[in-house]
Amino acid sequence: MGTIRVAGLGKAYKQYPTRWSRLAEWMLPFLPPRHKRHWVLRDVSFSVQPGEAVGIVGDNGAGKSTLLKLIAGTTQPTEGEVAVAGRVAALLELGMGFHPEFTGRQNAFMAAQLLGLQPGEIETLMPQIERFAEIGEYVDQPVRVYSSGMMVRLAFSVATARRPDVLIVDEALAVGDAYFQHKSLDRIRQLRDEGTTLLLVSHDRSAIHSICGRALLLDAGRAVKEGTPEEVMDYYNALVAERETRTVRQHALDGGKVQTVSGTGEATIADVALLDEHGARVQDVQVGRPVALLIDVQVREDLPELVVGYVIRDRLGQQVYGTNTHHLERPLERIAKGERIRLRFGFDANLGAGSYSVSVALHTGATHVTRNFEWRDLAMIFRVTAPPAGKFVGLAWLPPQLEIQR
Amino acid sequence: MILTPTAAAIWRYRGFIAGSVKREFQARYRGSMLGSVWTVLNPLAMIAVYTVIFSRLMQARLPGVDSTFAYSIYLCAGIITWGFFTEIVTRAQNVFLDNANLIKKLSFPRICLPVVVVLSATVNFAIVFALFTAFLVASGNFPGTVFVAIFPVLVVQVAFAIGLGVILGVLNVFFRDVGQFFAIVLQFWFWLTPIVYSVTVLPERLRSLVAWNPMASLVAAYQSILVSRQWPQWGSLLPAVVASLALCLLAVRLFQKRSGEMVDEL
Repeated sequence: MGTIRVAGLGKAYKQYPTRWSRLAEWMLPFLPPRHKRHWVLRDVSFSVQPGEAVGIVGDNGAGKSTLLKLIAGTTQPTEGEVAVAGRVAALLELGMGFHPEFTGRQNAFMAAQLLGLQPGEIETLMPQIERFAEIGEYVDQPVRVYSSGMMVRLAFSVATARRPDVLIVDEALAVGDAYFQHKSLDRIRQLRDEGTTLLLVSHDRSAIHSICGRALLLDAGRAVKEGTPEEVMDYYNALVAERETRTVRQHALDGGKVQTVSGTGEATIADVALLDEHGARVQDVQVGRPVALLIDVQVREDLPELVVGYVIRDRLGQQVYGTNTHHLERPLERIAKGERIRLRFGFDANLGAGSYSVSVALHTGATHVTRNFEWRDLAMIFRVTAPPAGKFVGLAWLPPQLEIQR
Repeated sequence: MILTPTAAAIWRYRGFIAGSVKREFQARYRGSMLGSVWTVLNPLAMIAVYTVIFSRLMQARLPGVDSTFAYSIYLCAGIITWGFFTEIVTRAQNVFLDNANLIKKLSFPRICLPVVVVLSATVNFAIVFALFTAFLVASGNFPGTVFVAIFPVLVVQVAFAIGLGVILGVLNVFFRDVGQFFAIVLQFWFWLTPIVYSVTVLPERLRSLVAWNPMASLVAAYQSILVSRQWPQWGSLLPAVVASLALCLLAVRLFQKRSGEMVDEL
């Protein structure tokens, strides 16, 4: 079975002052080393149990790909150790080293051989690989005429043709079209359910959410956060907003949820509430009823511009609906210090039954990345209850007008 | 001790190795209309040119051998085997750089790559050498039972070439000058080996120097088998055998020590 254990893992690249220094170092091994070490990953420890799926998130250059390469065995660690049990299939970057002059079929054959499969086995798997890749006649065309999406389709089909014990996927899927992303995520989910251990690097929040039970945030080569995908992604979002000041705070709420608050504080969120049609504060609303989200903002500095926004998320943290005053074309300008602003976003609770959270953000510009005054995840939680009649499933309330002719 | 897991890895990836050799052969003639016919035409032209020019036009004679074809056979015996040697060395010295894509993205026993180089060069050599042998038989110059002595000499040559090639290949990753430099070395090496000329034309002092060149003793063995139809002087091959073993050992040591670091430099 596939397990991954990583202990005190670190990777450094050697940097030599001149081209000749390496030669000098090789020739004169008794002298002190001439290279400097450039650490791209340090002190990373975690373990993954059979059948577990772990997502790895972080900025470009945070060390995600290096970590995957170390686990896949293409790169040797500088310190610490990696232990992987079981057959590993890794999709690192595009194309698995496809040769442009050969056909897709020939390349698939070679890629399968590199995964350690024997020719007879590949012959039997080939129809299945072709069927899953869905690239049609292109399978017998040279790979140089492929689009990057077709390359990923083929590479993914080969890597997952026989269920690996450990599957490592590095953002490769982002290249595929929506249809194939969906299809490959389904396949990954199926493999996971059959016991494949999964390590996934992705910038796609919903992919991490829907597949992984756990996530790891890498920042500047270090593991800074490990936990549920929701918690880690919230922390990561806040970190993105806080690139400069780094004042992210997380604290546990009642019921085990972790709230993330960040921001520079020129304006703060004073109150968030959900009101029913009579203006009373509620936590439970019935499907389809009119409600209003109330946000009180306390302004603490003179501000030329302020944007107030919110996102409603389902219990998995996936965004259901979000907007802000910028997108609603109701700009707030020239705000004086000390002002208190009340915003009332009225809408109908056309949501499926379940529990939802609201994240609120105060910032300038279209997104919270420009200047972030306050970002508050899980600012409030409410429940939507199903109507007494007309049971339905799903995230949205889309009551149909039914006509039947017979 | 180190050989058992290596051999096991090579055996496990035999499908990949065989496939790579096949693909490399196909890749060479991909897009050409005559395809693999070129594999035969090329060496055939070489043999024809040497035979016509040296034995017919220039009437070149080898000192001490009285046969029209003697010099062309002498020339072919040296050039074909020298070509085999340089193909392995030059391909091995670039094998890690050329396959950087594969090495960086996939985890597989890297030792398979030099194995592919040796096998694929052997296939090319076998085709050329088979044609040459056919020419020997057709022209009535086949040496008879002595011919079998070719094979142990070839084994020593392959070991020498791949040992040297892998050492250069690893060094070439870290110091790219190695590849450039060795191309020049090969030029000199060719002319310092009695392939085109006979060792007897050299002054005595230089002749003892040539004895230190492992390739000279190997090529001399081929020439003695194919031209004078005599068993090679096995004792003269001893330095070549020792050099091959030393190079192979050094190659394995260097490869094991630096293969991890190598990936970072590709």
